[in-house]
Amino acid sequence: MARSKTAALALAFGLAATSAFSADLRIGLQDDADILDPDQSRTFVGRIVYASLCDKLVDITPDLEIIPQLATGWEWSADGMALTMTLREGVTFHDGEPFNAAAVAANIERSQTLPESRRKSEVKSIASTEVVDDYTIKLNLKAPDATLLAQLADRAGMMLSPKAAAEMGVDFGLNPVCSGPFKFKERVQQDRIVLERYDGYWNADEIHFDSVTFLPIPDTTVRLANLRAGDLDMLERLAATDLASAKADDGLTVEQAVSLGYQGITININNGERAQNPLGQNAAIRKALSLSIDRNVLNQVVFEGAFAPGNQPFPPTSPWYDKRFPVPERDVEAAKALLKEAGVDSVEIEVQVANNPVQMQMMQVVQAMAAEAGINIKLVAKEFATLLKDQSAGEYTASQVGWSGRVDPDGNIHQFQTCNGGINDSKFCMPEVDALLDKARISTDTAERKAAYDAAREILNEQQPIIYLYHVTWIWALNNKIEGFVPYPDGMIRLEGVSFAE
Amino acid sequence: MFGFLARRILIAIPTILLISIFVFTLQKLLPGDPVLAMAGEERDPEVLEFLRAKYRLNDPIHMQYFYWIGGALQGDLGISLRTQQPVLALIGEKLPVTIQLAVMALSIALVIGVPAGVISAYRKGTWVDWLANVVALSGLSIPNFWLGIMLILLVSVKWGLLPASGYVPLSEDPLQSLQTMIMPAFVLGTGLAATLMRHTRSAMLGVLKSDYVRTARAKGLGERVVVVKHALRNALVPIVTVTTLLFGELLAGAVLTEQIFTIPGFGKLVVDAVFNRDYAVVQGIVLCTAVAFIAMNILADAAYRILNPRMRDD
Repeated sequence: MARSKTAALALAFGLAATSAFSADLRIGLQDDADILDPDQSRTFVGRIVYASLCDKLVDITPDLEIIPQLATGWEWSADGMALTMTLREGVTFHDGEPFNAAAVAANIERSQTLPESRRKSEVKSIASTEVVDDYTIKLNLKAPDATLLAQLADRAGMMLSPKAAAEMGVDFGLNPVCSGPFKFKERVQQDRIVLERYDGYWNADEIHFDSVTFLPIPDTTVRLANLRAGDLDMLERLAATDLASAKADDGLTVEQAVSLGYQGITININNGERAQNPLGQNAAIRKALSLSIDRNVLNQVVFEGAFAPGNQPFPPTSPWYDKRFPVPERDVEAAKALLKEAGVDSVEIEVQVANNPVQMQMMQVVQAMAAEAGINIKLVAKEFATLLKDQSAGEYTASQVGWSGRVDPDGNIHQFQTCNGGINDSKFCMPEVDALLDKARISTDTAERKAAYDAAREILNEQQPIIYLYHVTWIWALNNKIEGFVPYPDGMIRLEGVSFAE
Repeated sequence: MFGFLARRILIAIPTILLISIFVFTLQKLLPGDPVLAMAGEERDPEVLEFLRAKYRLNDPIHMQYFYWIGGALQGDLGISLRTQQPVLALIGEKLPVTIQLAVMALSIALVIGVPAGVISAYRKGTWVDWLANVVALSGLSIPNFWLGIMLILLVSVKWGLLPASGYVPLSEDPLQSLQTMIMPAFVLGTGLAATLMRHTRSAMLGVLKSDYVRTARAKGLGERVVVVKHALRNALVPIVTVTTLLFGELLAGAVLTEQIFTIPGFGKLVVDAVFNRDYAVVQGIVLCTAVAFIAMNILADAAYRILNPRMRDD
């Protein structure tokens, strides 16, 4: 008897000891990440993993200001043609290699020259790198580029161990070596990604977990059930429809942040033959469609009021939002008047939409609203890969798609609405808009940039090549025992300062 | 027996080749561009072109097929477009998971389905038969995703008895592995049990009416011996057929069940691969599943010969 008691006590102590000394944080993700190579990867969840795995040259604050991470300071040359960065000393990669100016140069070269690199367009403006000394790097630009710092605050600014990158080449993502707070341990596709604490981390005092396990659980109901059952400590992208029940749960905390991206309807204006229709050819009809939609009701009906109604590429909470054009009230009469002005009583349009239940439901609400103004929408549900292909090939009239959003405003607008923009699937083209958006891209003066975006907004608000509808709100649900989590509008999970409550 | 097996295996080879051609062409007919799906939001045209060339997507389709089947014959099934892992390694990672789930689900189905079928045939027309039929019908009609979510909410969230989802390899921690697999196996197993029960019942009904069963009874043998030794053994042939077919189906992956319980098996892999147009992965899995299915069929034929001596000499 006495012995079994001792054994039980020992066991209890043993358990207490393991829970105190091996703190594993389990995070539920909506999807599985793709390849874990910052130069090649493309998924949102991949970036969430990188936030723990790979440090960047700079980071952002929740208010989108650029702050130091691996670079401690930076300075633009007077002509905006060079960016000189001072680097943090004493930083090592997970394989023990030192982080220095030569490493930065090697990383930028990899982003620019690796044939598989998806970062080329993000670091395109860099003409050359110059190692000034061990901890100073100078980036010489081809043309002034105000967006560069924001690019370096994301995947393009993530620093990989140059030695590992050279050895592994295109397969780097199978065993990534960076300099973040956690190092790569193992990955089982569709099951888990495990990172463990890196003791040599420069900011190790702020890290309070021994390991982090990311578990992709696509079904939102199941993800929440796992959190409730204690199998997860936190999850990202709680479904808006589960918000009320998660808030009512005493054991859970809910955090939210309006995202940087948008959802809207892209209209084919000049992309092949399918653009030859009233919606594509007549801006008044596009405006009528926009006016027929009650964005607040849309948000309440489909997203339980959790998202942010919108009408611009930036959410109303963004400093770049043009307040002169607030989210319009629904006005069916005005919409009908616009149709009349365009010489029609009603129009038939086809809108393609991704075949997932939420987007379908959202577009059905839009469909019902537009019908009251005389705009009859035919919805064509397509699986996403097909939708994307048809959209870029011009095989569509209008397409319900979104954009995940970028820290710098340029990333939400330039490539969509300039004549040669890489993702300008509507092929909207007005030289005066190009001039304004180009100007905003090169100026490093915030007021000057804002003025250029506002001037472009005046034109775009008349043209409406994209009818913006809403901005997704990131919703995280956390077990109450987690302390110190800060929601960011980029949807990332930063673990500095996060811990289990004692 | 050896000649029979050799003949069956020889016939299997062209079948597998035909399946591989069929799947290869069929998935090329899918709309959507794999490169566009993997290029990321920015879709840099230069990268798109490079990837098309790298994965030979610009070659004529028959050349693509020859290139793939040539590699496959040498044991190289290509690499995943999405994660760059070799497809063979991926299959090696997922196959044990799928087999474990299939074996557990089928065991549950057999333990429930066969006795239920025997009893309901033996007690035909009584309340036992009626009850077994109702249970079997509900097993067939309740959708797996619904039963799965209900089980998670009840057993894991409410009672906290089992982990809600996830997977632990059998080699790592057998007990925990069984704990994570028991709910999905149960969800799959109950559906299959219903099928098995119905087949067992109809086979048993046929056999129980036959002359040799009457003779056995007339000889004064006990009911248990009559039912188990004389009737059930003869009723087993159709049950073996159904069981092997069910097992073959399970090996193809149980998409919905795996999705709900986040079991990293074939089902989840193939769905992700289809949506991302990850051709190499889809082809690899279909090839693997086809081989498994054919192997199960050959095994079933061999089993008939063991169960029923009359089938041995054809």
